[in-house]
Amino acid sequence: METNLALLLLLAPLAGFLLNIFAGKKLSRNLSGTLGTIAVAVSFAVTLFFFMQVSSTKEPVMVNLFKWMTLANFDVNFAFQLDQLSLLWLMFVTGIGTLIHVYSISYMHDDENIHKFFAYLNLFIFFMITLVMGSNLLIMFIGWEGVGLCSYLLIGFWYKNQDFNDAAKKAFIMNRIGDLGFLIGIFIIGYLFHSVDYIDIQNAIVSGSFDVNDINNMTWLGVATLCLFIGACGKSAQIPLYTWLPDAMAGPTPVSALIHAATMVTAGIFMITRMNFVFDLTPDVQNIIAIVGAVTSLIAASIGLMQNDIKKVLAYSTVSQLGLMFLALGLGAYEIAVFHVITHAFFKACLFLGSGSVIHAMSGEQDMRNMGGLRKVMKVTFITFLIATLAISGLPPFSGFFSKDEILMTAFHHNKPLWVIGSVASIMTAFYMFRLLYLTFFKGFRGTEEQKHHLHESPSLITFPLVVLAVLALVGGAISLPGSSWLNEYLAPIISHPAEHHALGTTEYMLMGVAVVGALVGIGLAYAKYIKQGFVPVPDNEITGFAKVVYNKFYVDEIYTAIVVKPIYALGAFFKNVTEVALSGFIFGLGKVANAIGAQGRTVQNGSIGLYLFVFVLSVCSIIAYIFLK
Amino acid sequence: MDVSFILIILLFGAVATYFVGDKWASKAALLFSTAAFAATLYVIYRYNIGEKVSYFHTWISKPRILLHFQADSLSLAMTALTTVLTPIIVLTSFGNMFPKTKSFYALILFMAFAMVGTFLSTDGLVYYIFWELSLIPIYFIALIWGSGDAESRKKAVVKFFIYTFAGSLFMLVSFIYLYTKTGSFLNTHLYNAHLTEKEQFWIFLGFFLAYAIKIPIIPFHTWQANVYQKAPAVGTMLLSGIMLKMALYSIVRWQLPIAPQAAAQYKYIFIALCIAGVIYGSILALKQTDLKKLLAYSSLAHVGLIAAGAYTLTIDGFRGAFLQMIAHGFVVVGLFYAAEIISRRYNTGEIADMGGIRIQSPKFASMFMILVMASVALPLTFNFIGEFEVLYSLAQTNIWFGVLGGTTIILGAFYMLRMFQQVMLGDKGAKVFADVTFGEGFVFALIIGVLLFFGVYPSPIADFITPDLQKVLLHINQIN
Repeated sequence: METNLALLLLLAPLAGFLLNIFAGKKLSRNLSGTLGTIAVAVSFAVTLFFFMQVSSTKEPVMVNLFKWMTLANFDVNFAFQLDQLSLLWLMFVTGIGTLIHVYSISYMHDDENIHKFFAYLNLFIFFMITLVMGSNLLIMFIGWEGVGLCSYLLIGFWYKNQDFNDAAKKAFIMNRIGDLGFLIGIFIIGYLFHSVDYIDIQNAIVSGSFDVNDINNMTWLGVATLCLFIGACGKSAQIPLYTWLPDAMAGPTPVSALIHAATMVTAGIFMITRMNFVFDLTPDVQNIIAIVGAVTSLIAASIGLMQNDIKKVLAYSTVSQLGLMFLALGLGAYEIAVFHVITHAFFKACLFLGSGSVIHAMSGEQDMRNMGGLRKVMKVTFITFLIATLAISGLPPFSGFFSKDEILMTAFHHNKPLWVIGSVASIMTAFYMFRLLYLTFFKGFRGTEEQKHHLHESPSLITFPLVVLAVLALVGGAISLPGSSWLNEYLAPIISHPAEHHALGTTEYMLMGVAVVGALVGIGLAYAKYIKQGFVPVPDNEITGFAKVVYNKFYVDEIYTAIVVKPIYALGAFFKNVTEVALSGFIFGLGKVANAIGAQGRTVQNGSIGLYLFVFVLSVCSIIAYIFLK
Repeated sequence: MDVSFILIILLFGAVATYFVGDKWASKAALLFSTAAFAATLYVIYRYNIGEKVSYFHTWISKPRILLHFQADSLSLAMTALTTVLTPIIVLTSFGNMFPKTKSFYALILFMAFAMVGTFLSTDGLVYYIFWELSLIPIYFIALIWGSGDAESRKKAVVKFFIYTFAGSLFMLVSFIYLYTKTGSFLNTHLYNAHLTEKEQFWIFLGFFLAYAIKIPIIPFHTWQANVYQKAPAVGTMLLSGIMLKMALYSIVRWQLPIAPQAAAQYKYIFIALCIAGVIYGSILALKQTDLKKLLAYSSLAHVGLIAAGAYTLTIDGFRGAFLQMIAHGFVVVGLFYAAEIISRRYNTGEIADMGGIRIQSPKFASMFMILVMASVALPLTFNFIGEFEVLYSLAQTNIWFGVLGGTTIILGAFYMLRMFQQVMLGDKGAKVFADVTFGEGFVFALIIGVLLFFGVYPSPIADFITPDLQKVLLHINQIN
């Protein structure tokens, strides 16, 4: 029964994928979308069932299907583990997934390949479920690479545009750099623990059969967690592997909401939380994670200050928020990172879908310099967007306030500089988010007459998911209120060393106050500049000085091209034009001699080189035979 | 029924195909190659239930040359690979018109015959004869039915022939030397030849030259790209799908167990060389402008990794290498078939002249995409299983081997996706691309089906070959 249900949960989206791939062309557009949505809704329903069950029994549901791979040190099974952590992830993956499928029915309605879109989206959900539900690192890796494939397919969904294809390719390749790290991490863990199952690894550590006092063991374990973290950097867009995510905005907006904001990019956080008992043993790597996370959140936020493409702002904001989550992970506060993952999934999905609604109304325009005043025409979009913006800016009582505040508070208690970095990033976030809000929804309309004529509120299939997500963004903080956290209690069996939870004292209230004031300062600055002064960002060619450097994302892409891509091509050219020619010339010199003999052979055999060769083989054999026979 | 029946079917099939004439040759070839595959499956079934399927016959008593066709899981696996790919390869050429059709198809079957003989023979000299025999059909296939300028083609093909032939002679010398020591060519006798370290070194090197050229391992690969490009698709598939596996298989069957101490002593050097080839081939693939050449260098990278796995002398490396040989056989045939379909329609192999195909044939694009993903070893494709095991064995040998060998998953994605983008995507659409026919789709579906099935459930093959790989490993470890 449990096995069948778990299989239903896993395979329903796969069935949706197959249906739409093979029969989608024959289905009507709406039917195609409806089937895709139902497939995910089924998974959500089953998830809900398991969620209830595990919440009450506290016992994970284990499903073992069959042996997948055999290695000398360990076997790898197709096995799944539905415990508190995986179910929590499944809840929002399938839940938000369903909402975004609903949204896409309307959003993608006019695309000729809508059935493909739903097929890929379903396939993505399938791989995401695999990633989350697996009971060992290799099943996670299947999902990990699978979601990468779907991300590639969906970023390049409009494949006629080669720029979009470039973005898709870049995402896949950068992710693969991380994936190599992940693989090496798996190798080391498999070698050290003789298993890649989470439970076995944890048991080995708890029972002491893995000696944590052995220097050699611990060095390798440190290398392993560092490698796993490199994998997480790729998937969750952290320095130095973050540059693919902003480019990934080339994909249709529902994809940005689902894959590049709410679900796939949180896989790195999931992985580290899943392996928290291992990361806890390697404090040096935890420090690296915290620093990388904090720096990423700051750099991305600062780039976000200058962007004019509505989706690019949100993309950098995602990178920045993910950075905060990694900061929490590095501080060992896994449940807080998970908390922020969830609230972020709510408000960021809402923001992306809202931006999609705007882009839809603007007939495809994404540049905020050509927007403005949309709140009058798009009431629902505006209000939901406002709620989500308040949430991400960290104002109480919106969900983002609680989760972000917990992260900053933890940082304050561990390491003041990290707290400063995180706080600055948060102030920047409040600024650029309100900049976005003001430029888009306030003041007068700056687009063309044509666009103005078309402005409209989106249909209810689009606004419904917005409303649901906005409500969640508003109240989502309730799952982990300071002092009485449902989430922390729920996750207790998963996290082996829960973070210290500081009672709400004077310091804590002061920190909250600082955070709120910071956010208000950011909002105030944005208000002064974009509402009071009515400032509109200047056209690209008028941006100068340091602003230009920031606007061009610190030229990181250009630097990567110069120090990685170009040298590889240069090496390729060298190999092709020098080494290959030299090697081939050397051999050809030998070949010429043989060829000369061959030419004689041809004349002797009247042009039949085959017979000649055959005779050659035979005579070699008979010579040998003769030698030995005598 | 024993394994000799498979050989008889293929040889008889070659002759029959020639005599049924041009009109029926392709069908006869398909029939006989499929029959050979069916026979292989039956033999494997009998082998599994413990019946005798080996064939022993003394051919010449002095010197003792034995027609021993030993069936164990390794030789049977490779035989099955050959006999399953042969009908697929025959099918890929169905849409094409060839001059001298009957000779063409007869040669394909003859080649399959020679390759199966190579996999099954346990007598070194018979093995060597089959090994060389397989050169003759591929030589003609590439020379007569190849593409491009006849003069440069001849140059490339003759170079290939001379080169591989020369390499094999070193192996022959090794065999003769071994015979003088043991009085036998039989591999089990050669395994226990009690060679000194110095002898082992030279024997090892002799075998290595033959295999390194055939596989190829850098720097012995220079024949490859030109031949892959100029041979007809069928020839390229035979070469890359099956023939080079003769050498990879032989590493485990002959080279390592005959000179186990040398294998253990010099393994780091050989692994390093193989991995250098992985990176070298991958980077070169990035610079190719010809689709078939790109695939050739990609293949160079992949087989380098397989060889590296075999040289690790670990069970994971062995098993990974064998699984990857089979997976690579399928994927490379699929990829070259895709290349062939494009160049058939566009009359060019230049990547720059392609593009905009996905708009016109989404079906073809999807199937090509799956093959590309299999080639870059996405999990749930068969290629992932082998690659994972090989990389794991490399990482265990030395973590840097794992990292450097692992660059294949990054570089592979780099050149394959770049190629896919240039060849398939965009909206150039200037040239009309006819949708895939039923026959073409069928071949792709077959290949993709195999790759996905064993990607999800590799145990039937992995569990089948493991015991015999362990035997080889046990022998190597006992001597060391």
